Amino acid sequence: MSKPEFVESLNCRKLSCPLPILKTKKAIDKLEVGQVLEMVATDPGSLPDVTAWARQTQHKLVHHEKQNDEFYFYIEKTH
Amino acid sequence: MTDGNKKKKLAMIASKGTLDMAYPPLLLATTAAAMDYEVGIFFTFYGLDIINKKKYKKLKVSPIANPAAPMPVPNMLGMLPGMTGMATKMMKSWMNNANVAKLPELLEIAQESGVILFGCQMTMDVMGVKETDLLEGITTCGAANFLDFASDADVTLFI
Repeated sequence: MSKPEFVESLNCRKLSCPLPILKTKKAIDKLEVGQVLEMVATDPGSLPDVTAWARQTQHKLVHHEKQNDEFYFYIEKTH
Repeated sequence: MTDGNKKKKLAMIASKGTLDMAYPPLLLATTAAAMDYEVGIFFTFYGLDIINKKKYKKLKVSPIANPAAPMPVPNMLGMLPGMTGMATKMMKSWMNNANVAKLPELLEIAQESGVILFGCQMTMDVMGVKETDLLEGITTCGAANFLDFASDADVTLFI
């Protein structure tokens, strides 16, 4: 799957847990329902963390991929 | 929110006032708040230092009886003057290099995101801590008040 379209990109490279999650939450709050956020992290724990966060908050992790040592997440605001 | 409209709830007790033990409750609290949980932390005994204006920026970690300390040294040496300061400095630089949020930053995020910070009134009385010694926005209360908050929590932790 190719990268979905997104309205904003959030750079969380080099940040440790839980800062990528805290920043993602803040960024999602500012979006409109249906818009997609791109978040880029280097924390190796970010994949299970973002997945769990999306499950708990019920926002939609539309797509994610790993490029070299960077994790790209695409999260759609659902409510 | 997975359970209809009722938010999940996390209730924690922070009972330790060392630098290393101040992190877990604040990291978990801010993360849970970001996951739309309702969160409260009861700061009691030494944990009260984490929300003490005069102390929260000066929390320390000791190498004594702490084999996992940033600077693992024999206890005999750990007792020497300056060793706690050295271990504290070392831990802070490690946290900094790994880009972990600093404690004051975490406290600010916690308060911004609605985490309730309960200050233990009994500890304040015992240790001579006044309400004005604590950070702004602390709810001072006793055990019963915190238990009332925690009684329907989904996750409870004692740290």
